[in-house]
Amino acid sequence: MIPVAFDYKKASSVEDALAALAEGGEDAKLMGGGQSLVPVLRLRLNAPSVVVDCSSIPELKGIKDEGGKIVIGAGTTHHAVMNDPAVKSSLKVLADATASVADPQIRHRGTLGGALAHSDPRADQPPVALALDAEFTIAGATGQRCVAAADFFQGPFETAVGPDEILVSIAFPKLDGWGGHYEKFNRAAQAWSIIGVAAAVRMEGGKIAEARIGLTNVGGTPHRASAVEQALVGASSIAEVEAASMYASDNLSPFADEDADVDYRLHLARVLTARSVAKAAGIS
Amino acid sequence: MTDVVDAGTALGRPIKRKEDARLLHGQTNWTDNIQLPGTVHMAILRSPLAHAKITHLDVSGALAMPNVVAAFGAAELGELNSSVPCVWPVTDDMVAPDFPALAKDTVHHVGDCVAVVLATDAVSAADALEAMSVDYEPLQAVVNMESAISPGSTLVHEDKGTNTCYVYNLGGGYDEKVKEADVVIKRRFINQRLIPAFMEPRSVVAAPMGMSDEITMWTSTQIPHILRLLIALVTGIPENNLRVIAPDVGGGFGGKLQIYREEILVAQLARKLGRPVKWTETRSEDMVATHHGRDQIQDIEIAAKSDGTLVGLKVDLKANMGAYLQIITPGIPLLGMFMYPGIYKMDAYDFQCTGVFTNTTPTDAYRGAGRPESTYAIERIMDELAAELGMEPMELRRKNWIKHEEFPYTTIAGLTYDTGNYELATARALELFDYEGLRAEQKSRRDSGDRVQLGIGISTFTEMCGLAPSRTLGALKYVAGGWEHCTVRVLPTGKVEVITGTSPHGQGHETAWSQIASSILGVPVEDIEVVHSDTGRAPYGMDTYGSRSLAVGGQAIKEASERLVEKARVIAAHQIECSPEDLEYVDGVFQVKGDPEKSQPLGAVAFEAFTAHNLPDGVEPTLSAEATIDPQDFSYPHGTHLAAMEVDTETGKVTVRKYVCVDDVGVQVNPMIVEGQVHGGVAQGIAQALYEGANYDEDGQPQNANLSTYLIPSAPDLPSFITDTTCTPSTTNPLGTKGVGEAGAIASTPAIINGIVDAIRHLGVNDVLMPATPMTVWKTIQAAQGGK
Repeated sequence: MIPVAFDYKKASSVEDALAALAEGGEDAKLMGGGQSLVPVLRLRLNAPSVVVDCSSIPELKGIKDEGGKIVIGAGTTHHAVMNDPAVKSSLKVLADATASVADPQIRHRGTLGGALAHSDPRADQPPVALALDAEFTIAGATGQRCVAAADFFQGPFETAVGPDEILVSIAFPKLDGWGGHYEKFNRAAQAWSIIGVAAAVRMEGGKIAEARIGLTNVGGTPHRASAVEQALVGASSIAEVEAASMYASDNLSPFADEDADVDYRLHLARVLTARSVAKAAGIS
Repeated sequence: MTDVVDAGTALGRPIKRKEDARLLHGQTNWTDNIQLPGTVHMAILRSPLAHAKITHLDVSGALAMPNVVAAFGAAELGELNSSVPCVWPVTDDMVAPDFPALAKDTVHHVGDCVAVVLATDAVSAADALEAMSVDYEPLQAVVNMESAISPGSTLVHEDKGTNTCYVYNLGGGYDEKVKEADVVIKRRFINQRLIPAFMEPRSVVAAPMGMSDEITMWTSTQIPHILRLLIALVTGIPENNLRVIAPDVGGGFGGKLQIYREEILVAQLARKLGRPVKWTETRSEDMVATHHGRDQIQDIEIAAKSDGTLVGLKVDLKANMGAYLQIITPGIPLLGMFMYPGIYKMDAYDFQCTGVFTNTTPTDAYRGAGRPESTYAIERIMDELAAELGMEPMELRRKNWIKHEEFPYTTIAGLTYDTGNYELATARALELFDYEGLRAEQKSRRDSGDRVQLGIGISTFTEMCGLAPSRTLGALKYVAGGWEHCTVRVLPTGKVEVITGTSPHGQGHETAWSQIASSILGVPVEDIEVVHSDTGRAPYGMDTYGSRSLAVGGQAIKEASERLVEKARVIAAHQIECSPEDLEYVDGVFQVKGDPEKSQPLGAVAFEAFTAHNLPDGVEPTLSAEATIDPQDFSYPHGTHLAAMEVDTETGKVTVRKYVCVDDVGVQVNPMIVEGQVHGGVAQGIAQALYEGANYDEDGQPQNANLSTYLIPSAPDLPSFITDTTCTPSTTNPLGTKGVGEAGAIASTPAIINGIVDAIRHLGVNDVLMPATPMTVWKTIQAAQGGK
């Protein structure tokens, strides 16, 4: 299909991109890897005046190990994230969730920051960022600011990033020695998650000492299953994990769609949380 | 008889497809690649509503947009607004609504064509669409078939006074015979609506050729020959001035067995504007404007003795026509009508089909066309009957199927199956599947209450291919024949042209047809060019659909090749100065029996035929021969498909763990192509069982008309299929072939659903709706458990 005509600006730096956004006004649109924006443009669901292409901004790319945390540039591709040694060893759940995104072609162009800032309720990485208490660095005209994951996701396709701002990087606290798993439940390999459950678990003496759990596609924003996290402490058997996971549907008000009505989504939230935790913890 | 070279030299070899290099390397022209100077691009304004009056339409805004050349609604198009034809009036009183290329005052489905704009580039045409002004007065939409035929329903076509297109009856006597039965079970199966979703969207270019009155049309179609005739008939373009070319075509699955309104519009506007006109659909258009498939409600009743012997079958079908009748919309359910009894013997069969109009995209042929629906119903209900009787499902089938020694066998539906060996295919399939081992595992999972239950799905299917004997088509009121044509020419350089009337769109005819000709002419496969899909170069043909190309078209190639060898023999004998009877034909060379030094290669004979300096009396110059073959009867491929299905009872997710199929497609020309067709077909049938289904809401709005929500499985979703074949040659054609294009898609759907039901029958389940999504399966289990 053919998009409505738009101006195109390739930004070479964050400063450059911010200037282009300011100049473009409220109809300007940022593009990272283009994997979400281009389909929207082709379907004429959005008609930006100018597309500001951030895909060639060096400072948005790369993964840095900064001691207690791993800082990932917003423009880093999914492919780079899932294959990064530090991510694989310290953030296994992020590596798993990223590897489940779409297909290899898309993962080579799509970016972590783009996916998080797009905030599709069905996306696989937002629940990871939420569960892991990631910190988002956002640049604007007056400088940079930091936003906690809990405040970042504000609604379907809505985040703390303002129309004149750019997501620069995401910092994840390292979880060395933790187990991690992303349980993706979908109808076909290349379909969106009906539900996805990100779980990170720290074991001590065969028992769960700490757990972090995030769910996707159970509402307009990713969901932190805090009640499950608390109930899991001390769990060592599959029965205990399943019992704790019953809280996964607490405080959820999921929507109904062709793939799942409300009852089924709540049921899946409980079942898949238990499975994800069990795999992350190595409990069977 | 012709003493041809050993057919084994080329026939039956799994050689790689000669067309693949150009396809895989992007070295071909799809229709959308065709760029003619002066082309204008057409874009179409489509209805966003399922049923509405057009109260206002003004296209003039589009004319003011940059690069726009013309714009038309129905009023502006006037008498060029031809109607789309239906060539299969199945009953004398069938209701056929007018189907104008552009809707006149009412739109009847989402995607209905309202207006067109033409611009010098495709971007400008797309932009100009938004400058048109149109107002609708919404009418109530008719979506549900049973509501549509209830008294007082809103009418899809007010002027027709009914939503019933036709009622068709076959058989009789079931109600009497059923009295002899010990067991009668009734089921309702739903064959959901599917979208063909071929890879290459539709595209068409039509151009006045300048040097004559000819209009040439390039279009992504399965049926260039039929299309030429129908475009000529509906547009008034003289048939002899119309050339239709189907370049390489990226899939069809029946979806391009059609004359589409867009093709009519492009032809008419090229003529009106006197310049090339081009239209390529978007995927979003394709999902609502390309015809859909299936969409039947099947009420089926089967009667048997307590020992499992079948007594009879009764089928009451409601078939969704959609909003209009396309080329063979009403006939699709009737192609299935003959196949409901499947491979089984019984004493009575009653069939009734009601065609129903709704405010939805028209339906028509989709891979299998009627036969997948009937096969699904019979194979599903055989499993249900087995459960009712407490019999092993394969045992029930074995008890009732036509024994190998009983062929030829005339079924209760009136078809005569020429050959088959269900015992052999089934034995081989059971062996490859480890049937007993899987049954044991199923039992142990049931006994232990495993979260993941295992089921075995069986489908012992047959179908009818080789469409079709022209007399049979006439008896069914289909307005065309079922013959096929071939001309074989040996050029003066010795190169061979095989000019066929079939029209491949991915099947590999260029390779397979070369193998047939090579096996007779003794010419290497690479020296044979298969000419097809161009009415200018291959003027006679009935095209490709219904697994007919080999079973019918292949015979024409064989016959024409043999006739050519006979003509060449006379010339060669004259050259060698011997009698034609003294010559044998070995590897492309005529040689005197017992004195092979005296010989003439085919190329030398062809050159002699070209110069004609020294031909025998009465022999015409040039070396070519043609044959037009009308098949004597259908052919009946069959097979046994077995699916091991795992069902996660906690989430409802199902997995195809193992899939084995043993197909009997008769003699194979190229086993590699056969295997490819089986793989693709099985995948497509699994897609119906587990993934696909086009849904509308009560307002007639499509709910999943895009590839993000209309799920088509890909390789990661499917297991590696285990395939094998048996060969019981068909006796209805001299090559012994049957057809393989649809077999997999027909067979696999019931195997999958039978497997799911078998896995969870102990939980109280006896059916699962398609597509068997995780939620559907989970809800089915919940409902069955709640009912206990």
